Amino acid sequence: MTLTTDKFVPTSGNADASQLLTDQEQQWVDKFMDETTLFLGPDPAIMRTHEIMPRTAYEEECIAQGIDPLEVDRIRKRLAGALDEAFEMCESMGAAPGAKWADLSCAVYTAEGDVTYLSNRGVIAFSAVLHHPIRYIMKNWKDEPTVGINPGDGFFHNDSRYGMVHNTDQSMLVPVMRDGIIIAWVGATIHEGENGACEPGGMPSGSESPFDDGLRASPIKIVEKGHLRRDLLTFLQHSTRDPKLMLADIKVKMGATRRIMDTVDRLIDEVGQETFVASLRVTVEDVETEVRRRIAELPDGTVTFNQFVDSTLKENILIKFACKITVTGERMIIDLTGTGPEILNRALNSPLASTKSFMSQAVLSYWWPDLPRSTGALSPIEIITEEHTWADAGYDAPVGQSLQASFRGFSALQSAFAKMQFSSPQKYSNVVAPWFNQINDFLWGGTTQNGEQVGNLCADLNGMGGGAKAFRDGENAVAPLFCAMADLGEQEVMEEEVPFLQLVSKRLVRDNQGFGKFRGGMGYEMMVASRGTPSWGFMTVTSGSKFSSVPGMFGGYGCPTYPLAMVKNINIYDIIKKDPSQFNLSMERVMNEQPFAGGDYQSGHMGLQFDVAKEGELYMIAQGAGGGYGDVLERDPELVVTDLELDRISAHVATNIYGVVWEADTFVVHEEKTNLLRAQMRQDRISRGKPYKEFVAEFVQEEPPKDLLYYGSWGQDNNEELLATHWGKIEPERVKGKIKDLPLIMVPDRRVLKISKLEARVRELEQKYGEETVHKS
Amino acid sequence: MRVPMTEYLLIDLDTERWICRVCAHDFGDARGNYKEGTLVYDRDPQEIHPPVIAPEKYEFTFSPDPAFCRILEFYCPTCGTQIEAEYLPPGHPPTVDMLWDIDSLREKWNAHGGNPEEVVNYGPGENAEADLSARFDSVAPHAHSRQNEGH
Repeated sequence: MTLTTDKFVPTSGNADASQLLTDQEQQWVDKFMDETTLFLGPDPAIMRTHEIMPRTAYEEECIAQGIDPLEVDRIRKRLAGALDEAFEMCESMGAAPGAKWADLSCAVYTAEGDVTYLSNRGVIAFSAVLHHPIRYIMKNWKDEPTVGINPGDGFFHNDSRYGMVHNTDQSMLVPVMRDGIIIAWVGATIHEGENGACEPGGMPSGSESPFDDGLRASPIKIVEKGHLRRDLLTFLQHSTRDPKLMLADIKVKMGATRRIMDTVDRLIDEVGQETFVASLRVTVEDVETEVRRRIAELPDGTVTFNQFVDSTLKENILIKFACKITVTGERMIIDLTGTGPEILNRALNSPLASTKSFMSQAVLSYWWPDLPRSTGALSPIEIITEEHTWADAGYDAPVGQSLQASFRGFSALQSAFAKMQFSSPQKYSNVVAPWFNQINDFLWGGTTQNGEQVGNLCADLNGMGGGAKAFRDGENAVAPLFCAMADLGEQEVMEEEVPFLQLVSKRLVRDNQGFGKFRGGMGYEMMVASRGTPSWGFMTVTSGSKFSSVPGMFGGYGCPTYPLAMVKNINIYDIIKKDPSQFNLSMERVMNEQPFAGGDYQSGHMGLQFDVAKEGELYMIAQGAGGGYGDVLERDPELVVTDLELDRISAHVATNIYGVVWEADTFVVHEEKTNLLRAQMRQDRISRGKPYKEFVAEFVQEEPPKDLLYYGSWGQDNNEELLATHWGKIEPERVKGKIKDLPLIMVPDRRVLKISKLEARVRELEQKYGEETVHKS
Repeated sequence: MRVPMTEYLLIDLDTERWICRVCAHDFGDARGNYKEGTLVYDRDPQEIHPPVIAPEKYEFTFSPDPAFCRILEFYCPTCGTQIEAEYLPPGHPPTVDMLWDIDSLREKWNAHGGNPEEVVNYGPGENAEADLSARFDSVAPHAHSRQNEGH
């Protein structure tokens, strides 16, 4: 961390007034400390704020010369065109698989780093978080003689502790300068994948310390006066598994930012420097003003939406993401108090800035998608968090799979908004149930058929099921929460570059939907097996195998849970070569019928650390579904039998969930019998439901079940008191207290726990059967 | 004046009560928690999300683990409409999900001047046009006189 003199505490304890420094001596000490700063780590003054910066004197001067709204609009549109062009350059030329599917974005920033405008396509959160590194560069490197900022320079960083969605993304930030003064920035960010973490692909679920998270690049000047610095590039290439990817995409981002810069240069020539600067600034301010106005349109009140996440990605736990949103006039407060503590040796923690970046994502893509995509959108919203919770992780917490927490920041806002905006006469987006929010996807790494070392991921993360809208079903496998227009990629093209096949791809899984009056978008299954490689492996990085990741809305149900299924010790390619009829694969058939002799059939949660995949071993997962909307008994019976006929739901669901009766041969709805069945089902609800107070008296417990490894507040009456599971001794114990009073929370190695259990069982059996064995430790 | 607050809940600003949009059941004080006027059922999530792979063979099956996850179903006591389905750990208090400032709500609608039941819709787009008026008006004009019957 940054050491400053005001933080310096003398350790001698000598409080003798005669030892106090004179003013002159204090100046010497201050000068010495300023000149000998040990380490310029992430700066809390930068990292903990998301508000736009005050106007600079130069911005004031530019704005004072007058604002023509039409001209500002023309400038914005020109910038939008340039940003979209740069986006397409990255998409077309990027080496990263993610770049090919739109997992990137380009943006223009004010001199102080506020986002003014983003490319229309791409990941809003990527650019919405980059005000942090720009402020860091302006604060620390601008006047630093060994660094400095000059025209043609470009800064690289990837570490989310300095402001990034997660460490697998890499940025290129380039200053716009006139007469030695920085007047703006342009930038491009791509999800690169491989970053040298403890597992390939850049999102290590197995990370147990920040040093397992991979490359830790603070903002560095990788491009000096237009030239890529070979020494730093070599260091970056050497630090990751895919040196070609590193080189290629740094150059792609240099090209993309150059293209934006061309338009910026022309614009400045045309409209003048002052008008350009003023238009960037007023855009940011206008968005902030408009957001305040829109908040005031919402009804005053409080909406609470809590989420429970069932995995550290190594073991099943239950950790809470609490969220209470209060609107009073133009003021909105998002309070995450009650959210569980960080877990210091697990990958699921998120830096606060990353969590906030996904709040921006929700605001700019699901609340008010018509607004210019600017820092001004989140700026007026107050956000309360507690440092060292898993949504606001400290410097020493691993954040390799921070999306576990930061995506919950998105879901908290996206889900709550249906209730916040329902009664508003003026809406800017539709009422929609929760979007799916997990990366149900395969990450992979190893040696390709072309002899290259790689680590990355499949495009299927972009196939999330959409939440049901209030007036139509959610779309199947439509888009990830973080990118409205992402692509699923061409599997055949990918198979030319990586040594595995998707033997089943994009087949919808029956009953994999959030049921409702309108159902959530469905998810599809994926089945992969490696082929023609000396070394290969797969990973998965997802929670939601025991507790549904998203609920429904207004009586609709959420998504199911998702297992990882594997068949080890087979070679599917040999099997189908001998008997092509076995190429009849689905997770349901393979796992239930176990048709391959000698296969080891396993199911597990979706946190799979890098697992060596021998040729032909099967790995199977399913993409997730969006939440359903409204009461299932109000679903149009014709929609139910359509899904039934297409094998998207089972007869069990059609009958027992949706209450529909149909003719088995023709799928014709029997209207009268359906009405009778549904009337009976409503009556059954009334019979089995208990009055709220009676129910609460029976259901609610003082604490979570004893064996549940729980983290976070219990209920919402006392959100400051957190519960956690602490392994101070061999057995876990439940601890309670405010975040500052809790012990450091870590989880022991599950294999150690399993061995301990097995050893205890061995001793028990030895005692039972009188066998005397000496166990040496 | 009645304001549609969710798909199935209205707030009657005249009486300051939560009302079922389907049948006019009175759920209680609009300044409080509507859930207090509902019937609740603790649903085993495996009944809703059936396993896809055999539960007798595998721990992870597409079906939530009832030891981790319960679904609380909130019903209207009169018409049996499922108003909310909340996924919670076993024993966790139900969430008080909405609390509204009724004075401010009234003030905003008075300033707006329109009839909320006619004006509120599902958002932009012609598909999102909605009739969010009280359904009980078209079925049984006086049904909304029912209040907390038997509960």
